[in-house]
Amino acid sequence: MMDESTELSVSITQIVQRLKGTHLHSQLEKQAKECLHKPEIKLETLKDDVRRVLKASGWERKLQNAVYRELHVLPPPGHPRAPPEHTKEPLAYMLKAQASWEKRILKSLNSMCTELGIPLARKRPVMEQKELTNKWNEMGTDEPDLSNFRPVYAPKDFLEVLIGLRNPNTERSDDLTVKSHWGLIQVSLNVHDIPQMRETYAELGLSYGQLGIDDHTHVPPDLFESEHIHIGKKVVSEQDSAAAQQYSRQGCPTGLRAQLWSLILNTTNDPEDITHYEQLKARVIHHNLLVDNLIYKDVKLTASNDDYYFVFEDYLYQVLLCFSRDTAVLEHFNYNSASPPKSSIQSKSGSEQCAVVYPPNGVIPFHGFSMYVAPLCFLYNEPSKLYSVFREMYIRYFFRLHSISSHPSGIVSLCLQFERLLQAHLPQLFYHLREIGAQPLRIAFKWIVRAFSGYLSTDQLLLLWDRILGYNSLEIVAVLATAVFAFRAENLMEVTSLASAEAVLADLSTLKVMPLLQIFLFATSI
Amino acid sequence: MSAESVSCTVKSPVALQIGDAVSDSSRPGVYITDITLAEPVNIQEISFKNFYTAYLTVRLQRRHGSTASKWVTCLKNYCLMGNPHAEAGSHDYFSIYRQQMSTEPDNVTTVRLILRQPSSEWLSFSIEEINIYPCTKEDSERDVPAWLSTLTPVDEPLDLKGLPDPETVSSSIQQMWALTEIMQASQTAASIGRFDVEGAYDVKLLSYT
Repeated sequence: MMDESTELSVSITQIVQRLKGTHLHSQLEKQAKECLHKPEIKLETLKDDVRRVLKASGWERKLQNAVYRELHVLPPPGHPRAPPEHTKEPLAYMLKAQASWEKRILKSLNSMCTELGIPLARKRPVMEQKELTNKWNEMGTDEPDLSNFRPVYAPKDFLEVLIGLRNPNTERSDDLTVKSHWGLIQVSLNVHDIPQMRETYAELGLSYGQLGIDDHTHVPPDLFESEHIHIGKKVVSEQDSAAAQQYSRQGCPTGLRAQLWSLILNTTNDPEDITHYEQLKARVIHHNLLVDNLIYKDVKLTASNDDYYFVFEDYLYQVLLCFSRDTAVLEHFNYNSASPPKSSIQSKSGSEQCAVVYPPNGVIPFHGFSMYVAPLCFLYNEPSKLYSVFREMYIRYFFRLHSISSHPSGIVSLCLQFERLLQAHLPQLFYHLREIGAQPLRIAFKWIVRAFSGYLSTDQLLLLWDRILGYNSLEIVAVLATAVFAFRAENLMEVTSLASAEAVLADLSTLKVMPLLQIFLFATSI
Repeated sequence: MSAESVSCTVKSPVALQIGDAVSDSSRPGVYITDITLAEPVNIQEISFKNFYTAYLTVRLQRRHGSTASKWVTCLKNYCLMGNPHAEAGSHDYFSIYRQQMSTEPDNVTTVRLILRQPSSEWLSFSIEEINIYPCTKEDSERDVPAWLSTLTPVDEPLDLKGLPDPETVSSSIQQMWALTEIMQASQTAASIGRFDVEGAYDVKLLSYT
């Protein structure tokens, strides 16, 4: 363990290195040079004067936000002697499990392209390129025959892998003994109990106003809502990421959410961002990938069938196809336990083999992947803006929902967190469901892996995601899953099979997430 | 930090256990590992990788001229795993610095590590990749980063009063600036974001390695 001052200096070095050479850096330099012509800049106090100008013109805030973003995205600096894999995942057995899971996915992809006789990637002929350019905004009207394609995996398959996780340094038998866990997850990760959560999620407490509770029609708006909206406007005008994040803990007003989220994530929609998006689009038009078919299939199977999201079908194709071509996404593999799939191709000039990553962003979509994008379509109608917000959400949060790791926001921790909370606070319910062969995680897993997207009504989902962004953690997803079981506990105690338990929990679209979370966290006796 | 580690012999750990180690089903909760140093060393840092050890105690045997060597405890029950029953910290890399030790680790001939793991969750525990680094010489002292001397000894309570003086912070930034310059020299070109090779991206099969 390093002490705080070392950690600080290493972090600063890392951040400075990362910000050097960015567009922001050159802009700051340009601004500093330009302000030299101003009369208020004195040679004697040059440094301070330039700083003052940058502060007054809002550039300092932009720099602050950029630093704040790096602090969120970069993993905390590790021990100087720790190898890079240690940053990806400290536990060797987790890394191994992730690697063998990846191998399964690759085999499945390889066999799919052999069976169907389709290459993983090919350049589109000019005619096809033109055609795609013309129908870019209406790709949903295309009805290609995708019956031969199947999703590479579904959450169910992934759950089986997580259930099979074992630490070789523990003793676990398949029967229920004092040595095994009651639930399905058999590894001992650090999870929180309710008293710890009450500290972490203090702003969700009963004495705080909440959007999702205190904006209900029978509550007079001057009690909380009007003031909260007023503060929200101030936060937006100040353009401060940290303030926006803190604000989001009590919920974002519908009219300000898009601005607040993009402020928290520090995504911009500058001409550079639009150019980047256009480049990605050009790459989609140039090359055809097998994963494109998986994306089509997934959108057709999920979002297009959803009452809330089917209207966004075209946006989803655009964003997801561009995402698959974005090599900037590869950077997140530095702190993700997963590794991008690799292949080699013949170079044009010689016979040498060149290593490439496939797909270019290294992420293979699975069944339900498009649901990570769908809710964002309600907030952003400009594709480039929608794209940059989604990409940032993915490299901060969503990748953790389908990578095997010991991270507190990782899917394994979330599953264990859910099981532990349920066991601790509703032991009879847990026991009953377990006895009838309806392990609660078998029902809740699909909610958790999608962060509830597609299960809640959209207004409720966005209130939940406000808190994910506000607390920079996915833990709240596991808490909500538990709270849903607690809410339906009476009905669940009556069921006698997995199917009937699933039926009780089939429709979550009428649930109000904030009251559920608040009651579970702050009004449950402990 | 850049100094070479000293040569030492790490003996195999001895378990502290009541009853018969072979026939008893209970596992030991304490292991003792002795490390003998080839010659007396003034220790700067002991670094290692943890493997499920929850608490670490370090004892030293020091040579005082020709007098008999004496054992002293320089670190007591240092916490490596916040919750002994859960994974966090179980595989982390740690360094114990001279400044954290309650006695000066000079002229050390043997280091004894006492490892504890109260949880019955884990089949075994140990520490791995042990390296001992000596103090750098007096005349090169200015090369030692300033933060090394500001480490808080473990037994002393942390001083949490107030925030640092901005002047002090800004002067320490100078040193970070130097670090930055070093980093810059080794900076690689920014990615241009191409995934194809000379315009080609005809991927046939994925490789499993």
